[in-house]
Amino acid sequence: MSTTAVHSLWITAAQPLDKIQAPHIEYAQLAPMIIVFGAAILGVLVEVLVPRRSRHHTQMFLAVVALTAAFAAVLGLAAGGYGTTRAGIAAMGAIAVDGPALFLQGTILLAALVSVFTFAERRLDPSADGRRVDSFAAQAASVPGSDSEKAAVKAGFTTTEVFPLALFAVAGMLVFPAANDLLTLFIALEVFSLPLYLLCALARRKRLMSQEAAVKYFLLGAFSSAFFLFGIALVYGYAGSVAYARIADVVDGTVQTIDPALAATMGNDALLLIGGAMLLMGLLFKVGAVPFHMWTPDVYQGAPTPVTGFMAAATKVAAFGALLRLLYVVLPGLSWDWRPVMWAIAIVTMLGGAIVAITQTDIKRLLAYSSIAHAGFILAGVIAATPEGISSVLFYLLAYSFVTIGAFAVVTLVRDAGGEATHLSKWAGLGRRSPLVAAVFAVFLLAFAGIPLTSGFSGKFAVFRAAAEGGAGTLVVIGVISSAIAAFFYIRVIVLMFFSEPRPEGPTVAVPSPLTMTTIAVGVAVTLVLGVAPQYFLDLAGQASVFVR
Amino acid sequence: MDNAENLIALLVAAPLLGAVVLLLGGRRLDRTGHWVGTALAGASFVVAVVLFTEMLGRPGDDRTLYQHLFSWIPVGGFQADVAFQLDQLSMTFVLLITGVGSLIHLYSVGYMEHDERRRRFFGYLNLFLAAMLLLVLADNYLLLYVGWEGVGLASYLLIGFWQHKPSAATAAKKAFLVNRVGDMGLSLAIMVMFTTFGTFAFGPVLDSTGSASEGTLTALGLLLLLAACGKSAQVPLQSWLGDAMEGPTPVSALIHAATMVTAGVYLITRSGAIFDAAPAAQLAVVTVGAVTLLFGAIVGCAKDDIKKALAGSTMSQIGYMILAAGLGPVGYAFAIMHLVTHGFFKAGLFLGAGSVMHGMNDEVDMRRYGGLRRYMPITFVTFGLGYLAIIGFPGLSGFFSKDKIIEAAFAKGGTEGWILGGAALLGAAITAFYMTRVMLMTFFGEKRWQPDAKGELPHPHESPRTMTAPMIVLAFGSVFAGGLLSWHESFVKWLEPVTGFDHGHAPLGAAAITTATVAAMVLGVALAYLQYGRRPVPATPPRGSLLTRAARRDLLQDDLNHVVLVRGGEHLTRSLVYVDHSLVDGVVNGTAASFGGLSGRLRKLQNGYARTYAVTMFGGAAVLIAATLLMRAV
Repeated sequence: MSTTAVHSLWITAAQPLDKIQAPHIEYAQLAPMIIVFGAAILGVLVEVLVPRRSRHHTQMFLAVVALTAAFAAVLGLAAGGYGTTRAGIAAMGAIAVDGPALFLQGTILLAALVSVFTFAERRLDPSADGRRVDSFAAQAASVPGSDSEKAAVKAGFTTTEVFPLALFAVAGMLVFPAANDLLTLFIALEVFSLPLYLLCALARRKRLMSQEAAVKYFLLGAFSSAFFLFGIALVYGYAGSVAYARIADVVDGTVQTIDPALAATMGNDALLLIGGAMLLMGLLFKVGAVPFHMWTPDVYQGAPTPVTGFMAAATKVAAFGALLRLLYVVLPGLSWDWRPVMWAIAIVTMLGGAIVAITQTDIKRLLAYSSIAHAGFILAGVIAATPEGISSVLFYLLAYSFVTIGAFAVVTLVRDAGGEATHLSKWAGLGRRSPLVAAVFAVFLLAFAGIPLTSGFSGKFAVFRAAAEGGAGTLVVIGVISSAIAAFFYIRVIVLMFFSEPRPEGPTVAVPSPLTMTTIAVGVAVTLVLGVAPQYFLDLAGQASVFVR
Repeated sequence: MDNAENLIALLVAAPLLGAVVLLLGGRRLDRTGHWVGTALAGASFVVAVVLFTEMLGRPGDDRTLYQHLFSWIPVGGFQADVAFQLDQLSMTFVLLITGVGSLIHLYSVGYMEHDERRRRFFGYLNLFLAAMLLLVLADNYLLLYVGWEGVGLASYLLIGFWQHKPSAATAAKKAFLVNRVGDMGLSLAIMVMFTTFGTFAFGPVLDSTGSASEGTLTALGLLLLLAACGKSAQVPLQSWLGDAMEGPTPVSALIHAATMVTAGVYLITRSGAIFDAAPAAQLAVVTVGAVTLLFGAIVGCAKDDIKKALAGSTMSQIGYMILAAGLGPVGYAFAIMHLVTHGFFKAGLFLGAGSVMHGMNDEVDMRRYGGLRRYMPITFVTFGLGYLAIIGFPGLSGFFSKDKIIEAAFAKGGTEGWILGGAALLGAAITAFYMTRVMLMTFFGEKRWQPDAKGELPHPHESPRTMTAPMIVLAFGSVFAGGLLSWHESFVKWLEPVTGFDHGHAPLGAAAITTATVAAMVLGVALAYLQYGRRPVPATPPRGSLLTRAARRDLLQDDLNHVVLVRGGEHLTRSLVYVDHSLVDGVVNGTAASFGGLSGRLRKLQNGYARTYAVTMFGGAAVLIAATLLMRAV
């Protein structure tokens, strides 16, 4: 480096700086996210400062309080009109506070709250050396089957870090559907993905499978993130900005001033189309749409079941929220380009999920494929491109979350000597031995199948109606056919539970603590209420269906 | 009270709460459950009385109350409301259902005392009350259908309550199946209604019958009649009622005599506007009514089982109501009036029969009773008053309501009028015959008691007070209800705003018809006395005439069903099964197999290697991008 250059650097450095503008942050409107982030950080401190004995209770208490408080904050904002008349952009344009964001944040928080109860469940596993343990590995760092693991089990260690990890994931999920520029969106994606990768690896039983699931999830997640990031770069090249509103203006052609540095590339449609497709791909990976779904069965099966339930519900809510905002706020001008592609994806997702589920023999894998099929149904509502489309998707996500968490919570109860008995053949005759548990699971299965008087029917009806009114009649027909195929394997499980002879060496149903019971009871209650009297919630979703721009 | 309509939901909610609490509450309610159920039934009755007084305070044409709870997914024109309508017709039913229902709850406390599943019994009874109230309070046919199915379910559960007896389980199944046929009629009627009128709310449907063709209305009327036949045990769907007597006696009294079986009469009266505009359907209704009233009466003459004799009588009395309802505005009010008085005296008779059985080691064969009047005086007196009421003894309840129906049948005019009136008159004579027979065989004559299965001779005794008190209350109703309701035509005037009223033109004077009715009654009583009062009753039934033997077999109804429906059905199913196996299964299994095969092949793509997954994603992304670009290019 020449002396002149060094000199000029010095000169520049010595010049007085302009006064930095302090960013303007609307703390009140961001309260739900701030509360959960704060609690997550506190949770880390708890790991350091609180003695091992009382960590579990402290962490659980902290998580429940934080999620409840955040939900109260969401309710407060909604009551204050931030979902409708006072909707706006906060945090220097990074976060949108509007109806869909608040509705989805509320859904995520409620789902997370009931999930945390299953995280904290300690009565299902037979106690190790007189200590009650939860579903998570005694010591995450120890090699499965090694002496150090045995020592950790013997010492009664538990991985209480799951609570702050879950809180970090929830915080990221809260930001995800509210993010109002692509960088915030990406950061939120990583903030909620990384803790999930870790949580997947923490199963107490079948640890190798759990670790394999986590590695796969991490590798493929990183792969899709790379696409996503590349898509952001291309869209920035097209629009000269990562802010949603600005990109939308450029897409619509209503922007006059062009950044000279980007003049060569700006407005190049190829950049927009390729970049937009890559963004979509990143989000479709998270919702588990075909052909980006292949991680789903392996990860759902390998992850500790409470985590699977949490992930299946909350991730889907967050990712669909972000997808809606991207399609409805950023790319509405492109709807002629993305709609046919999304049509095709919705069709292969619905059919693919339903067909492959037919031959599954593991209940968790079955539910994974079912979740893929449901992603397809929700995509049908997304494609409607109408306010009804938005509200129907919001309602579906609310309904689906509780069915899913409830169903996975029931899965944690059916156990044999090797932990959870997830092979379907072991569920034969469950209805004879544990009629209540089997009946509850049957309710969830009927809701998945979309039988009237369950939330599944109301939700499916809403998205199909929106899709039909939005001109996607063919899609609805295929959706109904897929539902019929899907009904086959849901009903098959019911038949297996109630009309097969129980196996002599079959699993036992563990009696859970009030925690898991609460989760399941809430799941059943929401499923039935949304099925019998859905109108109030449909109206609520209808009011919350306007995106701020 | 300004917001009386908000109370309506409470009528249904109280027994529903009882059903939920008792059925889900578990064993800890075993000791108090029956009182919880009785209290909630009583609460519903209190609310009904409050609403009734409120209603009386209003002018006649402004007495209808509405309560809208919520809409279940409104879609375009499809509006499925959960909403209640309480008018004079519904009010009458509500008072009858909750009043008689509460009394029978009380009676069951004593009757079911030794049953270990008593809590569950009361849960089902409460469930029945809730469903029945929903049925009569609904403001649209769809919600009515919910109640309709609900009472069907409760009836099934209660007939088969003693499920350890195969006969009870079979009877429950039979009732359920036969009712399905009627329910099919109602569901089809609702569908026709929706396609014709675009709604199924009572108001809009019944006000716009002018806009539909007569053919449609006739079809609607016949479908509704089919529904009524199923629920009210009318010919040709009557076969289940006799077997339904397998249920505990309070159930027979409440469900299979006083309330549920009258739902068909409610349905026809409620849908009056449809029948008024479809004379062919009305003719079908009166025919069914007239045939059933004779059919039931003849069956009642031949039965030795006291409850089955009463069941035949119920069938016959409901035949009177259906006949009256089929006469149009001339008869609606009398149909409902007979329904109310019948509710009192038939429930009383059943409770009396239950009391007799209670004292006779659950013996039901009347040939093994005899001379019981001295041992069970209260039962004898209350049963006797019910008996006098049902045969139409002048001054008692049944006299007023039945006489009016016979008058209205004659007033139909022409040959039809003579046939219907004659049938009704003949029915009155047979009623007097078989009821006198029951009375004489049970309470008079020699003791013909036989040892029961354990070899013990019965020691008849009066029943506990929880059982006799309801019987006494109902006896008061049997005596006075008819006179009270026809005092200055008060009941007709009360119902007129809902059902309309028309005096009709009888070819004979009212006095002549009344004289004929009384004469028919005296004739029936005299014949029965000659056969069963003067001569000893053989303990084993004599062979009897051809008609008697046929009547003992319920006039061969089951044999007919067997030949026509079961045999025919078997042939039909066999041919259907053939088609099903060869054609439908081929397609279905083929489809399933092809999906299964597809599933198996697609499943192999999921090979567990992260690299394969990544390649799939990469390929997917490439296709996605290419497709997006292609869309722009096209």
